[in-house]
Amino acid sequence: MLELAARQSQLEQAASKLTGLVITVIVFAMVVSLAFYLAERTSERVQRYVKYFLFLAPALIFLFIGLIAPAIRTLYLSFRDARGDNFVGLENYIWAFTQPEILQILRSTGIWMVVAPIASTALGLTIAVLTDRMKRPGLVKSLIFMPMAISFVGAGIIWKFVYQFQPNERVAEIGLLSQIAEWLGFVPTNWILTAPLNTFLLIVVFVWIQTGFAMVILSAAIKAIPEEILEASMLDGASGWKRFGKVTVPMIRGTIIVVLSTITIGALKVFDIIRTMTGGNFKTSVIANEMYNQSFRALNYGTGSALAIILFLGVIPLVAYNVIHLRRERSER
Amino acid sequence: MAKAIKQGKVETVKSHLSSPWASFVAILVAVLWTIPTFGLFVTSLRPQTGINSSGWWTVLTKPEFTIENYSRVLFEGRGATPPLSQYFVNTFAIVIPSTIIPITIAIFAAYAIAWFDFKGRNFIFFGIFALQVIPLQMSLIPLLQLFSGGLHIGSVTVIPSFGITGTFIPIWLAHTMFGLPLAIFLLHNFIAQLPRELMEAARVDGADYFKLFRQIVLPLSIPAVASFAIFQFLWVWNDLLVALTFGGGKREIAPLMVRLAEMTGTRGGDWELLTAGAFVSILVPVAVFFALQRYFVRGLLAGSVKG
Repeated sequence: MLELAARQSQLEQAASKLTGLVITVIVFAMVVSLAFYLAERTSERVQRYVKYFLFLAPALIFLFIGLIAPAIRTLYLSFRDARGDNFVGLENYIWAFTQPEILQILRSTGIWMVVAPIASTALGLTIAVLTDRMKRPGLVKSLIFMPMAISFVGAGIIWKFVYQFQPNERVAEIGLLSQIAEWLGFVPTNWILTAPLNTFLLIVVFVWIQTGFAMVILSAAIKAIPEEILEASMLDGASGWKRFGKVTVPMIRGTIIVVLSTITIGALKVFDIIRTMTGGNFKTSVIANEMYNQSFRALNYGTGSALAIILFLGVIPLVAYNVIHLRRERSER
Repeated sequence: MAKAIKQGKVETVKSHLSSPWASFVAILVAVLWTIPTFGLFVTSLRPQTGINSSGWWTVLTKPEFTIENYSRVLFEGRGATPPLSQYFVNTFAIVIPSTIIPITIAIFAAYAIAWFDFKGRNFIFFGIFALQVIPLQMSLIPLLQLFSGGLHIGSVTVIPSFGITGTFIPIWLAHTMFGLPLAIFLLHNFIAQLPRELMEAARVDGADYFKLFRQIVLPLSIPAVASFAIFQFLWVWNDLLVALTFGGGKREIAPLMVRLAEMTGTRGGDWELLTAGAFVSILVPVAVFFALQRYFVRGLLAGSVKG
């Protein structure tokens, strides 16, 4: 009886949320249509100005409120104390670069930034080259690409199960990694607790997801290499390996660097995997996770903001490279 | 004719290059890549006692399956914690507006930047692209303060707080703001390439900028819109950080990912519930992904390898 009532109220809650959803969408559509309707009926002279208000202003306002102003405020908060009441100078930054725990976090973030992009790109490139030499690469590529659709949280659970360790020797292992270690004659340990191995095990999860991304982009770049060049190299008698090193890689160098920098940005911001798999314990925490802890657990907006700024400084050169790369391509066109 | 010859050439180069070894290794990698997900799926279908006493690979010799884990995790709440189906509804309530709103605003802006003649067009375009430099983390604290307390300068209230904390609205707005730079960038790339003659012909016929948008730009941009919609849909569905921060810890509006992350922390040992829950959360994005992979790949290529 009680259970029935509970289900009833669950259904009611779901129904009210979905009604709210439908109403929101309808109201939004009506507001947009109304703005359009009114703007179209103004005189041509007025339209000259109205068109900027309707088309451009909403985006600029959102970008200003959501990104530009907050970024400036975060910079300001990073020089203030926990509640933002008093100016503290560089104290938060000095804290970040002297506390042993934070230094450990910066080191881990550095490992992520180096290992994750190189591993993902190298694997992605290898698979792109292999599938380029297949007659029907569709299914293989889809399977390797699929983790891209899986959330970091979902991936975290999938791999946590792979890394699961059974401390009781009399009970069979249920984690695949432990079982494989046993089959190979090693003694499994509690993988996720063992630093620094655990950081690399978390990087494996990230690489598992990002390899598909690297593969798709690089595979498209390889397909775009003019066939004349490939033919010429074949007529010259270049072997598969030589062709790869002397023709393929130099031809797609620009794309490789873009892939590397994109994945590096992702690695620098990694949060969900750490949160799901270790919660940042056992020496696995990284900047993005500590930033969350400082801001929303310790409620220290000063140190949290300083960590966000450090993250920002790490991203700048990478995005700057991408922007310059884009500008150059535009002017070549 | 020329095309046929060209295709013939491709074929000869291709057949020279295709090798059984490459195929073999690639298939091996694909299998390796799928095993962890497959293990999760198999486990989610096993009874609790089986999961905790033997590895999932043993089902090959001793198959034993149940769907009880799914019905438990989806429909049985515990105390104040609602069952996962409620979080599933929340995810939908978050994803749909968080996809529709940024796309609408972005396609307007992309059109303006691509086809309006005004000073500073280029500056705005590269400025928006460069905004990707700002990590989400840099916006979290100020935005949260804005949503909960409004904006005050001295004692003057510039923006009131509206009392939206604890509703879906802050999450929608945050996703809209964070999704805009990439959305505008992708859509602009597409809209800027619409044929100039077509646009000018319509102008000569007396179409104003609004009509031009409704009758030509919007219908022609549907593939680009689809590409970005898939991106944003997957991004929002899979997001943890934004929902965690702007959801304010309220169970009534928390999406699947927040609940799953919480479950791994507090009920790390309940593999029968965790695996079933995780699989439920993976199902929708993976289905969308397989159904619309073509658009997704197109968007990906436009977003990272330009030209």
